[in-house]
Amino acid sequence: MTIRSIGLKLGAVIFAAAVLYTWQLAADAKLISPVFFPSPARTFAALGVMEERGDLWKPMAATAMRMFYGWVLASLVGMILGAAIARSGPIRAYLEPMLEFLRPLPASAIIPPAILFLGLTSTMAVTVISFGALWPVLLGSYHGFRSVDPQLAEMAAAMRMKSIAFLWKVALPSALPDIFAGIRVSLAIALILAIVTEMQSAQTGLGFNILMAQRSFRSPELFAGIIVLGVLGLFTNQAIIMAERRLLRWRTFAR
Amino acid sequence: MGRLRGFVIPVVLVLLWEIGARVGTLPHDTMSQPSDIVVAGWNALLDGELLLATWQTFESALLGLAIGSGIGIGIGILIGLSPTLEGIVGPTLDTIRPVPSVALIPLALLIYGFGVRMEVLVVSFAATWPILIVTVSAVRGVEPRLIEVARMLQMSNFSRALRIVLPAIMARIAIGIRVSASVALVVAVTVEIVLNPQGLGYNMIIAAQSLRPELMWAEMLWVGIAGWAFNTMLLTIDRRWLRRFQAGGVR
Repeated sequence: MTIRSIGLKLGAVIFAAAVLYTWQLAADAKLISPVFFPSPARTFAALGVMEERGDLWKPMAATAMRMFYGWVLASLVGMILGAAIARSGPIRAYLEPMLEFLRPLPASAIIPPAILFLGLTSTMAVTVISFGALWPVLLGSYHGFRSVDPQLAEMAAAMRMKSIAFLWKVALPSALPDIFAGIRVSLAIALILAIVTEMQSAQTGLGFNILMAQRSFRSPELFAGIIVLGVLGLFTNQAIIMAERRLLRWRTFAR
Repeated sequence: MGRLRGFVIPVVLVLLWEIGARVGTLPHDTMSQPSDIVVAGWNALLDGELLLATWQTFESALLGLAIGSGIGIGIGILIGLSPTLEGIVGPTLDTIRPVPSVALIPLALLIYGFGVRMEVLVVSFAATWPILIVTVSAVRGVEPRLIEVARMLQMSNFSRALRIVLPAIMARIAIGIRVSASVALVVAVTVEIVLNPQGLGYNMIIAAQSLRPELMWAEMLWVGIAGWAFNTMLLTIDRRWLRRFQAGGVR
């Protein structure tokens, strides 16, 4: 570590502390009404109260679980569909125009029909989440499987590899970086939709809790909830980056 | 023939849907038949209801996009020009960024109440990040020789940013704005679906709740068309006016 990088780290910590301190000062001076704008001290106190009351881990787990199910479903379907469209001409010809039309549809726009069909249930939430999270993975997988080095494909054909074996042993590893890029975007979308569906259908979870906090003007709890959701987003993103590094370790040697 | 094959599945599905609804196999309270949906959409279009909602949604999306772009480009240029600044401010920004935009909906509601302003607040938060990230990497990618020229000419930091960096990064910023624009539209519709009583999202949820599925499907179709038209428009603007910035040999 050079002196410069230590200085930068120190600067970063000081900046973050300064932001928090300014927030505290602004709240203390009541620049904005405390009804909207609690101080950090009150926010973190609210976080403690929520933890004691059991209002923190259970809703968090509920949100995370729904997000996880939807995301896994979307990732699997997206990967397989992307691979099929990329490697097979007829499937591409039949499906691509329809998917091109569905893709720009805002994921939240399917909430009203989903509610009509499935009611205000967890199934509805997971359906909406997986629909929204599908597209980035599908696109990533499509690009990945499309851009497999033609020489590798020729090589596999020369060695009479079966097409399943080719997909699994050659195409998938070479598509994996693109798939992961899609999967990371999907995860962020899944969290957003998990929150939206909770707010919409009054199911236990952090998204519903912050909406309730707002309705009863408990702004410290609202801020605390937003912070927890931010941490959830940060944490899941980091987890995916770590998984990506582990799974794609061979790539650093290949390049 | 190749292009036609893409329409086989949608056309067959719509036909089956129509037949199923007419025969009565499909429940009428959720899957109203396609012909009714077209009629409902056409009526909503004629009486102006749909156009008003579209305007409300786009107003919020575009305002939010403008604010988000301003913030994103501004901070992005500053951070991109100075690695020291990035080292100091970056970690704080990286901590705020993963906060899901929709988590701000209750906060925005608390501050502004229902209406355009709360929607704009949420949209601009969401729209800032893609532009910010693209801007930072675009500034980093500016040809070093251009920066050297600016130094030789003893340009001030401000005029260097305005005259050298900004034109050089225009083309890439346009990409960021396009990404943010589609995010803005999605977030605007989402805010309306969750609770803001205006625009296309709200109209959809109301149509669903008042058991008018044909109107809901028509509005959903309209949201898809509007989103597609918006994207196409941005792409055209991009091609027509922003390409010339790329022609100067600047990457």
